[in-house]
Amino acid sequence: MNLRDTLTLSFQTVVSYRTRSLLIVLAMALGVAAVVVLTALGDGARRYVVGQFSSLGTNLVFVLPGRAETSGGFPGAALGQTPRDLTLEDARFIAHLPQVKRMAPLNVGVAELTSGGRLREVTVLGSTSELLPIRHMRLSQGSFLAHGSERSAQIVLGSTLAHEFFPDGEPVGQRIRLGDSRFLVSGVLAPQGESMGFNSDEIVIIPIDYAQELFNTQSLFRILIEARSRTDIEPAKAAISHVLKQRHDGEEDVTVITQDAILATFDRILRALTLGVAGIAAISLAVAGILVMNVMLVAVAQRTSEIGLLKALGAPAADIRRLFFAEALWLSLAGGAIGYALGNAGAWMIRLAYPQLPAWPPDWASVAGVATALLTGVVASLLPAARAARLDPVLALSGK
Amino acid sequence: MIRLTAITRVFRMGDQEVRALNGINLEIASGEYVSIMGPSGSGKSTLLNVIGLLDQPDGGRYELDGSDVTDLSETERARVRREKIGFVFQSFHLVPRLTAAENIELPLMLEGIAPTERKSRVDAALDAFDLKDRARHRPAELSGGQRQRVAIARATILRPTALLADEPTGNLDHRIGAEVMELLEGLHHAGTTLIVVTHDRELGARAHRHIAMRDGEIVADEK
Repeated sequence: MNLRDTLTLSFQTVVSYRTRSLLIVLAMALGVAAVVVLTALGDGARRYVVGQFSSLGTNLVFVLPGRAETSGGFPGAALGQTPRDLTLEDARFIAHLPQVKRMAPLNVGVAELTSGGRLREVTVLGSTSELLPIRHMRLSQGSFLAHGSERSAQIVLGSTLAHEFFPDGEPVGQRIRLGDSRFLVSGVLAPQGESMGFNSDEIVIIPIDYAQELFNTQSLFRILIEARSRTDIEPAKAAISHVLKQRHDGEEDVTVITQDAILATFDRILRALTLGVAGIAAISLAVAGILVMNVMLVAVAQRTSEIGLLKALGAPAADIRRLFFAEALWLSLAGGAIGYALGNAGAWMIRLAYPQLPAWPPDWASVAGVATALLTGVVASLLPAARAARLDPVLALSGK
Repeated sequence: MIRLTAITRVFRMGDQEVRALNGINLEIASGEYVSIMGPSGSGKSTLLNVIGLLDQPDGGRYELDGSDVTDLSETERARVRREKIGFVFQSFHLVPRLTAAENIELPLMLEGIAPTERKSRVDAALDAFDLKDRARHRPAELSGGQRQRVAIARATILRPTALLADEPTGNLDHRIGAEVMELLEGLHHAGTTLIVVTHDRELGARAHRHIAMRDGEIVADEK
């Protein structure tokens, strides 16, 4: 029997056992769909986090006070010294490094914002004019902290705050009280929504000097640095470490991390997560494979006398083996194809429901899902097909 | 030509041995019309299965059309069955999913004949067996006589030298049974060797040579 006839005949068989075939195809399809949907979710989450983190800025380097790693005892302690704060002076030295394009020092705190009888606690960022380009922020009204005007009492409002405190929509040029000082509203941030668990619509930004005064501190919370280019990131990191070590009496008491390193970590963790859920979904495919084997064994038992007839008509064992093999192939092929379509439809619905989540199934997962379905189906049919081919023709004809 | 020499076939049932065929010597010339009769368990069906190469004897020698087919491999025996033997069964053994035409087409498919030639040969067979208007029907939609006609058309589509029929009318009423026998005898007249296994005396008497079996042995062989 040639290949085409084998495929046609087994296809007819699959179609004629409609309920049985539909159920097994459904089991297969659900397995494949689970792989596609779950990896779409996992990879979507990865892309979402990576995208969010990339939108913080480009080629960023962060400086944090304090060591992130345990090192030998602090030798200065014996001389009565303490680790140094990260100061504005440090930040100015960093700004002069050749690899550094821009730099913004950052202080963060909470203070009370009051105006026209309204009052609420807000998160306060103290920084300079460079924060806007480094953090890729946008304004909807007015202007940001003007360059070189660190000493003037200006304030930039998050969009929600601007709306709450000035419902008439004209905040720019108005006065507002933060803590004990009065500030002039210079601009309003464009609505950005939540990003990395931080809602920039509900913050205010004031010049760094005022912030340090307000929170009574000399120490910076962070220094945000944008390197000149991608290739300058690592040299910038080294140069910053070097400068700060020199300024801190040879003590490495700051941590310098790059955006890329954090990105890579997130990427790795979420990729592993995606692989994990794909693996769990693949278990359902293995179960579907066992189901195929079971169904094919039942088929062999059901069609014993038919197998006997084929043998009586002169079908060699190989033909009979191939017929059952092809039948399983059709079932898993249909299951794989329908599952792929189902999974993509599911991913599409997730994207509709959560537009900010780029839940596209990765190609490798779709290929692996369908391939696993085919493989398990085909492997599962080996035993039943061999059993059918081995049947004794005389016994098989009598249905035994 | 079929030549069996000292053929034995032993079945083991528990610790008991049943000699279904006990030293059968038989020669059937091409174009003969033979009936094999005997009570149940006399070995007549086993003999037919051995002749049809469905069953392998435990001892003896089997020559078919001049060549020794006793020790052929399973694949080779399948080929000989396909090319030289046609089976007609009491219970028809049609594939329920396939139409009459597709059932008749099966041996051509197994032989690997091209679809266009298959179609013309199936059409000719449908014509010859008066099944033209039943071609697209499945076995469940056919009468008993029509089913057996489909089965005979299928058994003869590759023009075998020997047609082996095991109780071909067992599931048919008397009138339809007679029609089926006339059909088989028509094929015999066209030159095919016809071997019919039955325990129906009237049916057996129609053959030109009568073989009687008992306990795995041939007890009578008359022309």
